Amino acid sequence: MLEDHAKVIAVLKEAGEVIGRKKLQKIIYICKKLQFPFNEKYQFHFYGPYSEELTLRVEELCNLGLVTEVKESKGGYYQYKYTVTEEGNEFLGHYDFQLPELRQCINEINSQSSRFLELVSTILFFDRLTKEEVVEKVRTIKRKQNYSDDEIDQAYAFMKKLGC
Amino acid sequence: MLERLNEEKVFKDPVHRYIHVRYRLIWDLIGTKEFQRLRRVRQLGTTYLTFHGAEHSRFSHSLGVYEIVRRINEIFSQYEGWDEENELLSMCAALLHDVGHGPFSHSFEKVFNLDHEDFTRMVLLGDTEINKVLRRVSEDFPLQVADVIAKTHNNKLVVSLISSQIDADRMDYLLRDAYFTGVSYGQFDIERILRVMRPGDDQIVIKQSGMHAVEDYIMSRYQMYWQIYFHPVTRSAEVILSKILHRAKQLFAQGYEFQFYPIHFYSLFKEDIRLEDFLKLDDSVVMFYFQIWQEENDQILRDLCERFMNRRLFKYIEFNPMQQMNAWRELYDSFHEAGIDPDYYLVVDSSSDLPYDFYRPGEEEERLPIHLLKPGGDLRELSRESDVVEAISGKKRTDHKLYFPADFILEGNTDATRRIKSLLQID
Repeated sequence: MLEDHAKVIAVLKEAGEVIGRKKLQKIIYICKKLQFPFNEKYQFHFYGPYSEELTLRVEELCNLGLVTEVKESKGGYYQYKYTVTEEGNEFLGHYDFQLPELRQCINEINSQSSRFLELVSTILFFDRLTKEEVVEKVRTIKRKQNYSDDEIDQAYAFMKKLGC
Repeated sequence: MLERLNEEKVFKDPVHRYIHVRYRLIWDLIGTKEFQRLRRVRQLGTTYLTFHGAEHSRFSHSLGVYEIVRRINEIFSQYEGWDEENELLSMCAALLHDVGHGPFSHSFEKVFNLDHEDFTRMVLLGDTEINKVLRRVSEDFPLQVADVIAKTHNNKLVVSLISSQIDADRMDYLLRDAYFTGVSYGQFDIERILRVMRPGDDQIVIKQSGMHAVEDYIMSRYQMYWQIYFHPVTRSAEVILSKILHRAKQLFAQGYEFQFYPIHFYSLFKEDIRLEDFLKLDDSVVMFYFQIWQEENDQILRDLCERFMNRRLFKYIEFNPMQQMNAWRELYDSFHEAGIDPDYYLVVDSSSDLPYDFYRPGEEEERLPIHLLKPGGDLRELSRESDVVEAISGKKRTDHKLYFPADFILEGNTDATRRIKSLLQID
């Protein structure tokens, strides 16, 4: 029961805290592409892969009091911070998840910026294409983000490090 | 570029009155066998078991989306930069956006690990009649259409006609689903919305004066979700459908000998489905198997199919995972003890099991929101201007229900069934 909910809590617990809805979306997507057993369905949207299912799941976790969502003002915009509550830790105790390899990945991914993770997840979304085609795709559909060659190279290096 | 038909063709339609077809290409796409298959796939899956009128097909919805986009094109053709290429691309994408959907697609996708977007791509790019018709425009035209449907095309304005927070797909299915289910709360003024739409840089924008029409549309989305799409009786049917598929898949994996070999399910069970197999599936094929599985030797498969075919659905109670987490284990064990397999007969269903895009204001760049075009040319996100929309988008209503076969439990008179009755508070 609610195993998929518990997996999201497990990710947040490993990360300590995740700052930003976009970042949380991309962390789960990248973990999924690394073959970790997440079942949320993703579609491509304006800001890269996005899962409405995950958004709803996080809302459910917040409503149940298993995860807290804190809205923080950052001057011109707001950011949401997610952490697991005591009840969330207790809830997780009912499940027997062994995710040692995931721990390392989550910390690596969580330490990156949302902008960078948007690039990485976009590249992963087009993993059926060659690198040249992917770069072309990033240049056209992410034109406004204006990713540099360096950033794209860093994204590939990061993916390699993760084992993508 | 676009060959016109000698005479305009029309389809009579209960939602838009008429669907107008003026171009040979559109007419020929409608005539392909892959598109005609959509006549045999219900738009709303199991909803007909709750709202008996909901028998409409993905065929009629696809024509409806095409018609809305055709009308948007008539308006946009007045604007500089909106050319025939955009017109053709958007109309084809609108018409074909659902060709990858199979029968009862939500459950099928979950159980068999499928994605209708992958099949849409395969239908458009593979060896199909649709691909042949599209290639008459150009060799890369099928890919262009596939990219628009997948939302990965570089022309984001065209993409937004088919898929955004205010798009032709949603506008048609809300009106159509409301019409066929017989409810009144899915209505909104589509004529007005089309009149106030304007082409923006990356997406459609709405003139400020049209805000109230958009409020109605957002409210309609909200109400239709809770009243129709997430109706607990429909969810009960969906839970049973999903369990039938799980059971059949498990039996196949165990080497069970079906009385009638399920050849149409073979590649699904193996999770290695080819396009030609997928295209043979429709609602009728699935219902045929459910009909004959009512006589299978496996008791669970037989019972679940009887329930689905004869509408003997599971009952439900509200479930709070936090408060009832400890009771869950006891309930699960008691089901086992009572000889009722909890893996098939005890199911928690959450609102996130049926993802639905409530309006999101796009904070933190999750999704692109609806933008209002102010008289001076500035853009403002909808919920910042509309109190009604702000109230709905800020409200995070979620739901969890526990489904179970009340008849099995009420018939039982053992310690285990008595314990279950007490835990579920039913008698």
